[in-house]
Amino acid sequence: MADATSTAPGAPDEGESRRDFLLIATSTVGATGAALAAWPLIDQMNPSADTLALSSIEVDLSAVKEGQSITVVWRKKPVFIRHRSKAEIETAQAVKLEDLADPETDKDRVKKPEWLVMVGICTHLGCIPLGQKDNQPKGEFGGWFCPCHGSHYDTSGRIRKGPAPKNLPVPPYNFVKNNIIKIG
Amino acid sequence: MTKPTWNNSVVKWIDDRLPIFSFMHEETVEYPTPKNLNYWWNFGSLAGIVLVIMIITGIILAMHYTPHVDMAFASTERIDRDVNYGWLIRDIHMNGASIFFLVVYIHIFRGMYYGSYKAPRELLWMLGVLILLAMMATAFMGYVLPWGQMSFWGATVITNLFSAIPLVGDAILSWLWGGFAVDNPTLNRFFSLHYLLPFVIFGLVFLHLWALHVGKSNNPLGIDVKEPGDTIPFHPYYTAKDAFGLGVLLIVYASFVFFSPDFFGEPDNYIEANALVTPAQIVPEWYLLPYYAILRAFTDDFIVYQVISIGGFLFSAKLAGVIAMFGSILLLLVLPWLDTSPVRSASFRPVYKLFFWLFIIDCIVLGYIGAKPAHEPFTWIGQIATTYYFFHFLVLLPVLGKLEKPLAVPDSISAAVTKSST
Repeated sequence: MADATSTAPGAPDEGESRRDFLLIATSTVGATGAALAAWPLIDQMNPSADTLALSSIEVDLSAVKEGQSITVVWRKKPVFIRHRSKAEIETAQAVKLEDLADPETDKDRVKKPEWLVMVGICTHLGCIPLGQKDNQPKGEFGGWFCPCHGSHYDTSGRIRKGPAPKNLPVPPYNFVKNNIIKIG
Repeated sequence: MTKPTWNNSVVKWIDDRLPIFSFMHEETVEYPTPKNLNYWWNFGSLAGIVLVIMIITGIILAMHYTPHVDMAFASTERIDRDVNYGWLIRDIHMNGASIFFLVVYIHIFRGMYYGSYKAPRELLWMLGVLILLAMMATAFMGYVLPWGQMSFWGATVITNLFSAIPLVGDAILSWLWGGFAVDNPTLNRFFSLHYLLPFVIFGLVFLHLWALHVGKSNNPLGIDVKEPGDTIPFHPYYTAKDAFGLGVLLIVYASFVFFSPDFFGEPDNYIEANALVTPAQIVPEWYLLPYYAILRAFTDDFIVYQVISIGGFLFSAKLAGVIAMFGSILLLLVLPWLDTSPVRSASFRPVYKLFFWLFIIDCIVLGYIGAKPAHEPFTWIGQIATTYYFFHFLVLLPVLGKLEKPLAVPDSISAAVTKSST
């Protein structure tokens, strides 16, 4: 009913009046404005431009001999780079997918079979697994072993035993030259 | 005042045990407010909102700032350049200081014009003066944090004021500095206190509001509320009016932030602090300029100084300047007793109204002189303006209250409103 009395401002007995409309419209605009104004206050906590500028690195692999591992820092995180031996590659490729908690073929985890590149952070609770050096335990599957809660990773960095749910993640990288990779 | 009935059962459960909802309803919704408040009454709530904006942006800036002499300047630049929206947040905070003082000064002058400091609101007024003092300390220490040239030399000049204190001045100075000059310990403690003081201000604001809600708002007529018809509920009438004022303020504020963020700043502060080179002229931020002018007015040949110190016998001009500068603000604490007139509003005090505007002009002149180099003719203009500042409070206000014949004051707010509408 839209006669003159019911649309008058503040008409008491009608559900919808001009005043209701104005109130809702104003509140909506105000709430939208407040939400937009809040975004910079939230976004400021995200990584800043100078942090992002350090987000990719180049690594020269020529000095890493077969059977050796190096650890490089990428985005403040350790990245394991292993020059795998023939035996390690074969062991990794021979594993059946149904034996894996996080099924992934070895082929999908490498660009070149002899080079395994992955973020060296245990997928359980963030510790750094052992196995980069010859004198460190490598776990039951000859790869890496996390000392915090006993997760075992194989020679492809896949989780085989222990509480960790996922394989060690492979960061985005590519070979810019034969012996140089760019991570990130 | 009726206790509201709460329909929501959770709200009711809480309110029966801790009547926080009833309290909020009473103090922010029903709160009876004189129905004749004009737009000058917006500035109290505006100041409160700016305080909240300053605290929020300040907490964020502290997440990115490093209070160390080697990194403070660089971390400030990083906020401007690299942190997501850091430029925006810093510009809001930087200009917020100016907006805060602008709003608070208008709020104070409104109180002076309408006699809001008079009984029963003396304590309310005095709490306000304490807020102003805390704001000045906070603003000064905040200005030091970017560690530019103005930061460093401003800190040096202001802390050196304490060296004017006889006997223990130098000991106090090295205590303030934590060393033999403004240095890393000074920067660290300034950062700590700059973070603390806004929360002290917040507490003072709470007391200020508490005192306000006991005596209730003054109004442009300066007469007491006599009947319920003199008031209207705070919500929606004054929430709407304050919201409109806030919109206007935010437009002004945003204009500076987005179009001229360094309008109030000094270019020298974008040069990193250097303890061996003083900038050509040290100028405080605009809101401190009048006090700076008072400080500098006291030279050996200033006639007022010669008289009060008996020819320089009692104390040095340097000490006199420092005392006068702090005194110019502390005087406000006793303003309720310096003004002897029983009538509050300048609307009914024709002579006071004239002197009120003269006082405003005097404050502006002092601010102008504070920004000028210390030589003639600025020195003597500053000395006259300083003399007038103290004359206004110490001589004019007490005497004027006795001599002035006020106009007839209306019987009630309602009577005045009805009369003016017919």
